[in-house]
Amino acid sequence: MAFFLETLLGGLMAGMLYSLVALGFVLIYKASGVFNFAQGAMVLFAALAMARFAEWLPQLTGLTQPVLVNLIAFVLAGGVMFMVAWLIERLVLRRLVNQEGTTLLMATLGIAYFLEGLGQSIFGNDIYKIDIGMPKDPVMAFDHVFPGGLLINQEDLIAALIAALLVALLSVFFQKTSTGRALRAVADDHQAAQSIGIPLNRIWVIVWCVAGVVALVAGMIWGSKLGVQFSLATIALRALPVVILGGLTSVPGAIIGGLIIGVGEKLSEVFLGPYVGGGIEIWFAYVLALLFLLVRPQGLFGEKIIDRV
Amino acid sequence: MFYRENGQFKTSYPEDQQIFPIAQDRVFVVLLLLVAFAAVPFFASDYMFRAILIPFVIMAMAALGVNILVGYCGQISLGSGAFMAVGAYGAYNFFARVPDMPLLPALLLGGLCATAFGVLFGLPSLRVRGLYLAVATLAAQFFADWMFLRVKWFTLDTPSGSVSVSNLQVFGLPLDSDVSKYLFCLTLLVVIALLAKNLVRGAIGREWMAIRDMDVAAAVIGIRPMYAKLSAFAVSSFIIGVAGSLWAFIYLGSWEPSAFSVDQSFRLLFMVIIGGMGSIMGGFLGAAFIVILPIFLNQFLPMVAGLAGFEISTTVVSHAELMIFGAMIVWFLIVEPHGLAKLWSIGKQKMRVWPFPY
Amino acid sequence: MSKAIGDVILDVHNISLNFGGVKALSDISFNVREHEIRAIIGPNGAGKSSMLNCINGVYTPQQGNITFRGQTFSHMDSHQVAVMGVARTFQNLALFKGMSVLDNIMTGRNLRMKSNLLWQALRWGPAEREEIEHRLRVEEIIDFLEIQPYRKTPVGQLPYGLQKRVDLGRALALEPQVLLLDEPMAGMNVEEKQDMCRFILDVNDEFGTTVVLIEHDMGVVMDISDRVVVLDYGKKIGDGTPDEVRNNPEVISAYLGTGH
Repeated sequence: MAFFLETLLGGLMAGMLYSLVALGFVLIYKASGVFNFAQGAMVLFAALAMARFAEWLPQLTGLTQPVLVNLIAFVLAGGVMFMVAWLIERLVLRRLVNQEGTTLLMATLGIAYFLEGLGQSIFGNDIYKIDIGMPKDPVMAFDHVFPGGLLINQEDLIAALIAALLVALLSVFFQKTSTGRALRAVADDHQAAQSIGIPLNRIWVIVWCVAGVVALVAGMIWGSKLGVQFSLATIALRALPVVILGGLTSVPGAIIGGLIIGVGEKLSEVFLGPYVGGGIEIWFAYVLALLFLLVRPQGLFGEKIIDRV
Repeated sequence: MFYRENGQFKTSYPEDQQIFPIAQDRVFVVLLLLVAFAAVPFFASDYMFRAILIPFVIMAMAALGVNILVGYCGQISLGSGAFMAVGAYGAYNFFARVPDMPLLPALLLGGLCATAFGVLFGLPSLRVRGLYLAVATLAAQFFADWMFLRVKWFTLDTPSGSVSVSNLQVFGLPLDSDVSKYLFCLTLLVVIALLAKNLVRGAIGREWMAIRDMDVAAAVIGIRPMYAKLSAFAVSSFIIGVAGSLWAFIYLGSWEPSAFSVDQSFRLLFMVIIGGMGSIMGGFLGAAFIVILPIFLNQFLPMVAGLAGFEISTTVVSHAELMIFGAMIVWFLIVEPHGLAKLWSIGKQKMRVWPFPY
Repeated sequence: MSKAIGDVILDVHNISLNFGGVKALSDISFNVREHEIRAIIGPNGAGKSSMLNCINGVYTPQQGNITFRGQTFSHMDSHQVAVMGVARTFQNLALFKGMSVLDNIMTGRNLRMKSNLLWQALRWGPAEREEIEHRLRVEEIIDFLEIQPYRKTPVGQLPYGLQKRVDLGRALALEPQVLLLDEPMAGMNVEEKQDMCRFILDVNDEFGTTVVLIEHDMGVVMDISDRVVVLDYGKKIGDGTPDEVRNNPEVISAYLGTGH
């Protein structure tokens, strides 16, 4: 029983990390109707930037206090992501206004490849560390309920809390602010939003900036856990099923979807895996998403997709 | 001036509907085939065969298959690598398990395995499209990745997980030299390209394009979306499966499941986008571009850097490759969504009216 | 000489259609007789296109059913409807933009093309013969609609009026018994409208095709239709010959507003 709960908790926290990445997808889709395949590359780029800035700052300025260094590195990396967002809007999105979804999707695929190459060219392609002071040792908790206690990974727990905080902030942003409302209008219909005076270009830059910051937070957390390396970019692929499950237009959906996928992956690997040869984590999420697509394509919380003739 | 159609009148529908209605085109294609079959084997070096020609021919076939699904029928697919894998492992199993199984039937049976797999994972296309369909095809990709890695039956229970083939021959002729391998693949490519072109300009091709352009209207005029979409998946995966088995048997010789990873799927999609969606020739152009670009960059960039006075490592070149791919994709989508094939036909149009501007 | 108007071929019973909270159609019933030209008119948003979409199987009504040639359906399947001989044009043209005029109209022949994939791949024997045979029929339609010079042009490049003709051509290629036309003359000038009227009347005359026509131009409607149905806010407010409908006070107030 304890083992089951441990696996469950581990899954929940892993799921939270997926949700972080999925959040970036949902944001951009909600606001611009574009599915951003480059989200993973953005996570990698942001993480690389932060890791290297944290490395270079002490060398260049003599600052060594870790909290300060990390903070400045974070802010610098955020600035870099803003610039990336602005460039993407300027060079790519502006020229593809009102093209159909598939074209935009493939354009973001191209952007992904470009960012991966650029990031590694500028920041290098070794494995880098991000050390934001996350406690690496697991903790035994609840030992009054279960003998010996449950093994909980503190790092994952803190990551989950950060993610939850981010989600709360974003939800408030979308629902309560006028910019959020403008974002939702743009997601619905580019041309209509333009015709009522919403500055499309500025909105898109804002959205991609926000997504960039989300990517940075995700990159920081994943990078702290796994080290910053190229495989971070493929995390986007792991997070895709999350948005299918949760619904492409729903922020809470990204969270719930992430949790379900995280738990599902861990549980299926532990309890089903041995029967079929193991390693089913790589496709479990996808097959689950596939089944959802057949039954309920808009996901748990997404809006229904209607075709008009 | 060179390309004028003046005087080439068609007096019957078959003439009007032939694959190359313009005489200059026919001449060009015949010359091309002569060069490809007769001249190249004499003049190309071993390196050219192994690094450029053979991969190009096989990838062109795969790109053809992907184009049918993505370009003509409008169903986005990120699972092409999986179809290649199923073709390769299917052919391998028939070849290795059935005694005295000849090569060609094994390859074709591999293609049929890919067809079955493709139709199965194409079923979601009846419910969803666009990004959602892309996710469904990724499910196929990752599932195939796992299947060939973990289910030992497919790899004949080898401990290392990699398989190999040797002593290939077709109709009694051994396929041991680069030239023989190249000619074998080229022949298959030409045959499949011809069959594909016929399908695409016939009734089923029109159905596919109708579904791509407006599937609600297509249903209303009596086209059954299920049949059209699944047949696109079937034909496309067959071709991709055969290409996959060729890639494994002829180009690689021995392989592991990672040879057909999601990177391969992206590569094929890029070939189709850059080459031109919805165009048989586009597959050829895109494959040529993607096969030649890394080699070109490997020679060109260090040379340029050398001229400027500094050295470039291979990692820098590979990063540059990623950046150039990405940039080209975006550029093509913005400037010419119909890819190199459209640029080619614009070029022909210019030749038609040269020396006048229009 | 036009064929005499026959028995009821299409019968719509109590169709109701909702989208979420919006009632597009409320309890609509009317019939269409063979060989007649039946117009559906009404202000914008009255539900006319939705009605055609129900007949075509694009939308499924929540209530009611449709009888076609004696068979009753509560839900029409698009493919089945096409097989039964009902063809349609669209208000917003649903042409296949990536294909030429010829190919667009050829898709209309797909129902009648029987050769399987293998023969098509070889493009030999029966497949080739079939292509030629249907090409012939499509060329007849192209002649009829006077669009010969444009047959190889991609439809996206044609002006709007010609695109509408291609839409009609594609519907005609099905050799339909019933032709549903959704605002075939929208956005046309006087000459183009005259041409389109001529085509519709010719189709009705020569082939006896029953025509159900949504149209806003009252002159056209009164001129060429045999009977008219009037819809307003999803409800039927008039049904009869053009003269009867013209003098119906409800119809007058729906179009001109009350207080007259």
